[in-house]
Amino acid sequence: MSTQADEPRTEGDPQVPVQVGEVVDPRFRHDYLQVRDLRVVFDGFVAVDGVDLTVTQGDLRFLIGPNGAGKTTIVDAITGLAPAQGSVQFGGVELVGKASHRVARAGVGRTFQTASVFDGLTVLQNLDIAAGAARRARTLVRPRREVPPQVEQALDTIGLGHLRERPAGELAHGQKQWLEIGMLLVQDARLLLLDEPVAGMSHDERNETGRLLQRIGAERTVVVVEHDMDFLRSFAASVTVLHQGRVLSEGTVAEVQKDPQVIEVYLGSAGGNRGTTPRRDTTEVP
Amino acid sequence: MDPLLSQLFAGLSVGSVLLLAALGLALTFGQMGVINMAHGEFMMAGAYTAFVVQLVVADAGLSLMMSLGIGFLVGGLLGLLLEATLLSRMYHRPLDTLLVTWGVALILQQVARDVFGAPNVDVRAPEWLSGAVTLLGVQVPKTRLFILLVAVVCVAALSIVLKQTPLGRRIRATVTNRDLAETSGISTRATDRLTFFIGSGIAGVAGVVLTLLGSIGPTLGRNYIVDAFLVVVAGGIGQLKGAVIAAFALGISQALIEFSTTASIAKVAVFVAVVVFLQFRPQGIVSVRTRSLA
Amino acid sequence: MSAVTSPVARTWAALTTGRGRTALGFAVAALALFVVAPATLSDFRLNLLAKFLCLAMVAVGIGLAWGQGGMLTLGQGVFFGLGGYAMAMHLKLADAGPGGVPDFMLLYGDGVVPGWWEPFRSPVFTLVMVVALPVLVATLLGLAVFTRRVRGAYFAILSQVLAAAFAILLVGQQKVTGGTNGLNGFRSFFGYDLNDPVNKRMLYFIAAGVLLAMVLLVRALMRSRFGELLVAVRDQENRVRFLGYDPAIVKVVAYAVAAAFAGIGGALFVPIVGIISPADVGVVPSIGFLVGVAIGGRATLLGPVLGAIGVAWAQTTLSESFPSAWTYAQGALFIVVVAFLPGGIASLGHLWRRRRGRPDAHQTASPAPQVGLDPGATGAVVDPRPTGPRDPATVGRTS
Repeated sequence: MSTQADEPRTEGDPQVPVQVGEVVDPRFRHDYLQVRDLRVVFDGFVAVDGVDLTVTQGDLRFLIGPNGAGKTTIVDAITGLAPAQGSVQFGGVELVGKASHRVARAGVGRTFQTASVFDGLTVLQNLDIAAGAARRARTLVRPRREVPPQVEQALDTIGLGHLRERPAGELAHGQKQWLEIGMLLVQDARLLLLDEPVAGMSHDERNETGRLLQRIGAERTVVVVEHDMDFLRSFAASVTVLHQGRVLSEGTVAEVQKDPQVIEVYLGSAGGNRGTTPRRDTTEVP
Repeated sequence: MDPLLSQLFAGLSVGSVLLLAALGLALTFGQMGVINMAHGEFMMAGAYTAFVVQLVVADAGLSLMMSLGIGFLVGGLLGLLLEATLLSRMYHRPLDTLLVTWGVALILQQVARDVFGAPNVDVRAPEWLSGAVTLLGVQVPKTRLFILLVAVVCVAALSIVLKQTPLGRRIRATVTNRDLAETSGISTRATDRLTFFIGSGIAGVAGVVLTLLGSIGPTLGRNYIVDAFLVVVAGGIGQLKGAVIAAFALGISQALIEFSTTASIAKVAVFVAVVVFLQFRPQGIVSVRTRSLA
Repeated sequence: MSAVTSPVARTWAALTTGRGRTALGFAVAALALFVVAPATLSDFRLNLLAKFLCLAMVAVGIGLAWGQGGMLTLGQGVFFGLGGYAMAMHLKLADAGPGGVPDFMLLYGDGVVPGWWEPFRSPVFTLVMVVALPVLVATLLGLAVFTRRVRGAYFAILSQVLAAAFAILLVGQQKVTGGTNGLNGFRSFFGYDLNDPVNKRMLYFIAAGVLLAMVLLVRALMRSRFGELLVAVRDQENRVRFLGYDPAIVKVVAYAVAAAFAGIGGALFVPIVGIISPADVGVVPSIGFLVGVAIGGRATLLGPVLGAIGVAWAQTTLSESFPSAWTYAQGALFIVVVAFLPGGIASLGHLWRRRRGRPDAHQTASPAPQVGLDPGATGAVVDPRPTGPRDPATVGRTS
């Protein structure tokens, strides 16, 4: 894979801090995300321009950048929603060119900026569906008889056990986000791509979510697209700064904050002591 | 006379009728997401407008010219009424607008049947549109050329309105980002109404020129609505260019296939072709860059 | 939705809503169809009801595809027609006798039975085709449309174009399809004389049995994991996709089942009514199938059936006395129900209960998918966790 970009890179470099959990499931050991020369072009507009990215297992990587930097587009490209060129490998499996549901079956799970759960179904039914992508047709046409163990476990992890029979449409916003993360756990996703998981949450909910991510991230590869700088400083293990479809800087929070290019792009906000949240990323048009 | 060339002209002619029927839809469906099944009945209303105007104004040429203007108003006002009473409350469920407007279509057809009678009626074409001219050795009826001309004028006028005028900028702003447009001081309600007025008005014009092709009846619109939607789907959402290309592509392929088989086989073949085409370009001929996942 | 604590209250809730009510409704429907109707209706009225039951079969399928799956299918007439014409071809050939030529072919054509007609001499082949043809066409169109993620409106429009093209094809090929007149004048049905009233009653019982079987099948589907998955695809197609399912397959299966039901309905329609023509299969009848489903409640089990029968009955009654009134009524029904009561009559109960402030029991499918009505959402979610600022949309919904 050739690298065209001229910025200093740290991809695949041991200086990227790697947090490895104490107990690691052996089948997870070689799972890491490797993006090489990723390009996304919409009708002549280059939204992602030769991005390289390596995220190892146990890392909690934050993708940040101003509006239009291409953060969500990268997630879309990895999950087969945006037309991608280049290479995206996870656990040695090439993902570019695969249909979205096949990407998911390769162990990749994602959330969306607006929590997307099944409003008409209960919390339990939501999680049960997440558990069943590998079910055979014969199982599918029968009613559900018992709760699969991984669903119980996920209910426990996300703390929604007491709301299991409630329609997801009635959950609070933060609870929907947690339910969505819980679905990824049940789905047994080993690469989690989370698009603004704490948007619209209270301070306490954010901390709760951050600890949840740290808990589940030890055995998985987690990439978070986020704007909240306080949240980032508290929970990010490493950060990739994107700007205009390219990687601007990469490293620990401290390293990135010192990078003059990042300070310039962010007008000093990321380098300052006060956590100023950049504009909300709702109208970003690639 | 080259038969292939003559089929080509026939296709152009079919295409221009399709285009006139689809142009308003490209605006109301493409820009606003409303699936207006009563669009065909607005055409029918335009056609009956021409019939009524001719009852008052005996001169066929004058009545045709007047009908084009009045037909636009009649179609536009019907659209305005529909938008204000029903559709304005349904923008968040586009599929349901299809069924509601179908109900409106049924009622409008029955109204026409009760007022004008079930049998078809005729509108006289003006003298200067009778006969044919010879183009490249092909006899082309003057009425067909006139319809082509009206279609071209409508496309040109609409694209000027959309691209050059403040109204057009407002329409595009509202389509791109409704909330942002609203906060920028654009009345999105007024913009919606105007868009619908123009789109439905063009249906009225289409109905008027259809009187040149034959007699008209209460179900005139029904014969065109499905094809018109097919044009918009094949052309792609949000741009007039797509509708223009699709209308002529469909018209010409229909005429060419008809040449070697029959009209009914050609119809099915064109449908299959569009479905296959959408396999390769799900967004239609002209696609607009979009972030939306749907 | 507060937790129901007392067992008595729970039993009462189960009987009045959800599954208990469905079972009750089913028992009542069976009793009415098999006992009350044959005992009270004249032969003519019973045959009319049998015709309505055939239309209701189409409605059951639409309820599955549209109500549960969110696919607005405007081309069910095609599948109704495929089943109907397959049956009609067999009946024409059977009437003509072994090696015989159907009467209309002698009239319009050269008196030679086309090759693709010949297999329909076999009753078994015909019965297979009644189901297989609709399923095949639905699967092809479904795969073409759903795998490419074209917009929901596109599916509605393409299914409608399919209906238009099918009707035009039937009209255009008069020599082999009977053209505008369609196929009619059947004398016997698998050897039974169709002029004998007893055999007509037998047809009624067959239609009633088939319809009940279809309702049972849809009920099983709705309660299965597939049913949950179908609702999930309707609500959040992309989420389903990123859980590793192919939503296209889920939709195609539901669409194909709906097509098969329509095909069977069409096949039974032919001997009961005695004619099938392009007027039964085109754009207008295809959309006409939807009005009953919308009125009865698209997302409910029995709503589409009752709605379809009710509408068909009203149409027959009204158009007998006031020909043009029915068209106005049908148009008004479309407008009023879809615009103002998207959940159909079935949702009136929910509205009434909500107005009285009584919490409703759980429903697997919300009655009005596209408006996002949350039945019985009487208060905010009680959660021991500290909850932060809610999404405005959520607050609006749950209050």
